Parts: sequence; structure tokens; C-alpha cells
Amino acid sequence: MNARPAAAAWLGAISLAVALFAGGPARADEVVADLSNHLIAINSSFTGTSVVLFGATDGPGDIVAVVRGPERDLTVWRKAKILGIWANAESVEFGSVPSFYAVAASRPIDEAVPASAAALYRIGVRNLKFQNNSAATPDRLSVFTEALVREQQRAGLFPTRVEQISFLGERLFRANISFPANVPTGTYLVEVFLIRNRDVVGAQTTPLVVSKVGIDAAVSDFATGAAAAYGAIAVLAAVMAGWLASLPFRTI
Amino acid sequence: MDIYLPIAEITADIFLLLGLGAVIGFLSGVFGVGGGFLLTPLLMFIGVPAPVAVASSANQLVGASVSGVIAHWRRGNVDAKMGAILLAGGIAGSVLGVWLFTLLKRIGQVELAISLSYVLLLGTLGALMVIESFRAAMRQRRPGGSRRRLHQHYWIHGLPLKTRFRRSKLYISALLPIGLGFLVGILSALLGVGGGFIMVPAMIYMLGMPTAVVPGTSLLQIIFVAANVTFLQAYTNRTVDAVLAMLLLFGGVVGAQFGTRFGTRLRGEQLRFLLALLVLAVAAKLAIDLTVRPPDPFFISSERT
Repeated sequence: MNARPAAAAWLGAISLAVALFAGGPARADEVVADLSNHLIAINSSFTGTSVVLFGATDGPGDIVAVVRGPERDLTVWRKAKILGIWANAESVEFGSVPSFYAVAASRPIDEAVPASAAALYRIGVRNLKFQNNSAATPDRLSVFTEALVREQQRAGLFPTRVEQISFLGERLFRANISFPANVPTGTYLVEVFLIRNRDVVGAQTTPLVVSKVGIDAAVSDFATGAAAAYGAIAVLAAVMAGWLASLPFRTI
Repeated sequence: MDIYLPIAEITADIFLLLGLGAVIGFLSGVFGVGGGFLLTPLLMFIGVPAPVAVASSANQLVGASVSGVIAHWRRGNVDAKMGAILLAGGIAGSVLGVWLFTLLKRIGQVELAISLSYVLLLGTLGALMVIESFRAAMRQRRPGGSRRRLHQHYWIHGLPLKTRFRRSKLYISALLPIGLGFLVGILSALLGVGGGFIMVPAMIYMLGMPTAVVPGTSLLQIIFVAANVTFLQAYTNRTVDAVLAMLLLFGGVVGAQFGTRFGTRLRGEQLRFLLALLVLAVAAKLAIDLTVRPPDPFFISSERT
């Protein structure tokens, strides 16, 4: 992380804090937060990035932030040994699974929030609720849910590390939120919770867009927008490349 | 140096992809196999999602095969008539194959079907080829032994529609290459590969074609099968990553030229023995994957059942 966005983030946080106090006691915003960047642009050299979350509170407290990617449907399969061969035996379909889920906190989540509040605000992967349309028993369902989380963690889409939120004084906070190279595209929501005496007293949500730009966006738009033409061009380009490559070898 | 692949949605090293393409292209030039059977698993290994790996391999296959066919054509090692008849059977077979693929996908057993058919096919073919290579080597050690006939005559030579294939020095029923093409068509739609792996040994042992003509003719057929797969995958599943395919192609087309040069210097028996070893190695790898306990029995698929 270079220094410039960090410095900008601090500046932003300070100006936010100034705005907060200038508003006087009539203002009800317990927590104000923003991102150093609302667009993660994926170009050809994209290898993952991080975004600075910064903000201010109206007094001492803990901050917990949740980053949630666009939801999608997934099927979890379990393999079993059938006649000596590992084959797909059972499956459970899950709906509304966030494609990315990360948590940042100023102190360990268990210490900051009681379990009931964590469950209510879906803080931490254990508190994620997935829809499922299977007639599975609760035991079996929990095994499949655990597998779903485990696989997403392995893919780096549910980072296991809770990012540290640090305070400057009592009111200004900031955190780095990292995104891996395989971050799914779409609209993300960053929810910031202010916690005081183990109770959520304020919250703010801010959007974040992950999008392909430049030639990568063009290729991917073309592939979805004009699929037949894209397929035909892919074949033709391959034929051309094959022919061109054979030219220098003509005399051999 | 890393590059982001827009359809696969991952980042990969440019030189790794170029090198991968070159190795696969070299193999395809030597043996006349497309190399999809190696490329697809390797791409999946570096993190490319399976559907994108299958589709983009097919795209790179088109280019590598064109490059290979041109190289073989210049040496007069392509039997265009045989290629056309194989292709006719292949197109019919791939229609049936695509239907089978959809059916198996619906019941969630498509990977098992793919692995099992690979193991059975490659294991049998590889074993037969190794035995044959040893026999050929033994015969050469004994000069003055019984003279070999040009090729054996079986019941299949009694089939109707006899056609002359000048380049292959064969006079056989056209039903044979049509049937073979049909079979390979089913498999290539099912396995997502050009089918050269099954085609090459079958051309040598079933049709009795001279080894020199086999790679070029097989590649000619693969161009069209792979082009068909690329187009259908791009159109129906949107899984062709053009950036990935072009990088693989870059290495692949050059590799195919060198592979062809290398292949024409090898003797027929050596070529067949090496191919047999490769076939057995892939079969063994797949058999192990099927029977060894996976590290995690659970996995995620974005397909709905």
C-alpha cells in the first residue's frame, strides 16, 4: 500500500470529523464512513487490490465492518466411494450466497459484539444465512453449509483473517480491506457498525463497485453481448494465428 | 509478468501460459493429438474454472492444428479424403455427444462419466500399443523371420462401400472411417477434447493407415471438431476466454512446427511406443484420481441441478 491513498483517507476522515462536529448536537449520525475508492477497476494487470475504509464516530466505541459481494446461487456436492470409485453422491443447493465476504474490526468480534447482535447483523461467516431448497435434515444441512464456507475460504472469497481497524485518537478510524485477484465483479456493500457497551448503536452502508475496465471489459462485454460473433472471431483468429506461425517454417 | 484473464476472471503468469502452449503444441505436432487431454487439466490446475478451461483449450486447439496440418501438408502427409470422411462421422457423433453431456450434467455425474471413459479407453489403447511396439521390436531383432504382410485382413474388410484412399495406401469400406469418426465425435463432445488421442491409435490399428500419414490427417479432422466446439461453447456457455486462448496459441503454433519436424525424424515404432507411454500415464493419473480419497469430499459448483 503506498502512502498517498492512506494520507488521503486520513484527510477524508478528518474532514468528516470536522463536518460531524460542525453539525452540532442536533445531528444524529453516530458513525460516518467512506471508502478511499468506490470503484475497483479490473484491468489486464490486476492482481488484487486494497481499499481504505475510513470514518469518524461521535465518541469512543468499537467499529466492525462487513464487506459483502453480490449474491448468487451455488450447489455443494459431496463425493462418496461407490464401488471403489469416488463419485458425486449428494448435493444441496444454496441461494443468496455472497460471492465475497470479509470482516474488519477494531477488536476481536467475540469481545466487541454479543453473539445475538452478531447473528442479527450477520457479522462473521458463522452468522451468514443461506437459503436452501433441499429437504435435508438440519444435521446434514449444517455439514453442507460448513463445506460451502470452507470452500469459499479456500478460494479466498471469504477471507479468514479479520482486518484490523485502527483508531487515531478516539474518533477517527481506518482499515485496509484487501481484495484477491479472483474478486467477483458486481456491486458490493460495506456495512459499518458502531458498537458501544457491546451494543450496536449506529450503522452506515456504503457501496463499492467491482468492474472490469479497458480491453478486459470490452472482451467480456463482447463475449456476452454478441456471443455468436465472438465465437466466430475466436475461431477465425485461431486459424489465422496457426497459418501465420507456419509461414516462417515454410522452407524447412 | 501477470495478466488478468477477462472470462476466467483470474490472474495468471504470461510466460507460464506461453510455455504451456508451446509444450502442448509440440506434442500435437509430434503425435497428431490435439493435446486437450493435457491442456484442460493443466489449466484447471492453475485455477482456470473447468468450463472455461475446456472451451479455451478448444480455441487454442484450432490454431495449433492449423499450424500442424500446414506443416504436414508440405510433406505430403495428409490424406484429405480420409479426413473428410472421418469428419462427416465426427459431426454426427458430436451431436449425440452434446445430448449425452446435457443428460449427464442434469444428473450430476458428468465428471465421473468423463473420467471413467478416459480410464477405460486410454488404459486399453495404451496397453495394446505397448504390446504392439514390443512385438515390432522383437521382429526387427530376428532378421530372416517371417515376412510381414502390408496389413492383416479381418471381417471388417468384407464391408460394403469400398473406397480407395491413395495417400493411406488403403482400399477399405468407407463405413469404417465414418464409424470411427462417429465414435470420436461422441467422445470429443463428452470429454471436451479434439479426440486425436483416440483417433490416432485407431487410425493406426483399426484402419491400418501408415504411421506417417496419421498425425496430419488426424489434425485436419481436429481443426473442424475444435472449431465447432469453440463456437458452440462461446455461443451457449460464454466460456471461451480469448485472451487465454491467444496466449496459449502463441506458444502452441510455434511448438507445433517444431513438433512436426521432430516427429518426422522419429521411426514409426518409436513414435508409437512414446505415444503408448503417454496414453498409459494419463490413464494411470485419472485412475488414481478416481480411487484415492479426495482431500475434501465436498466441492462447489455454480451449475444448478
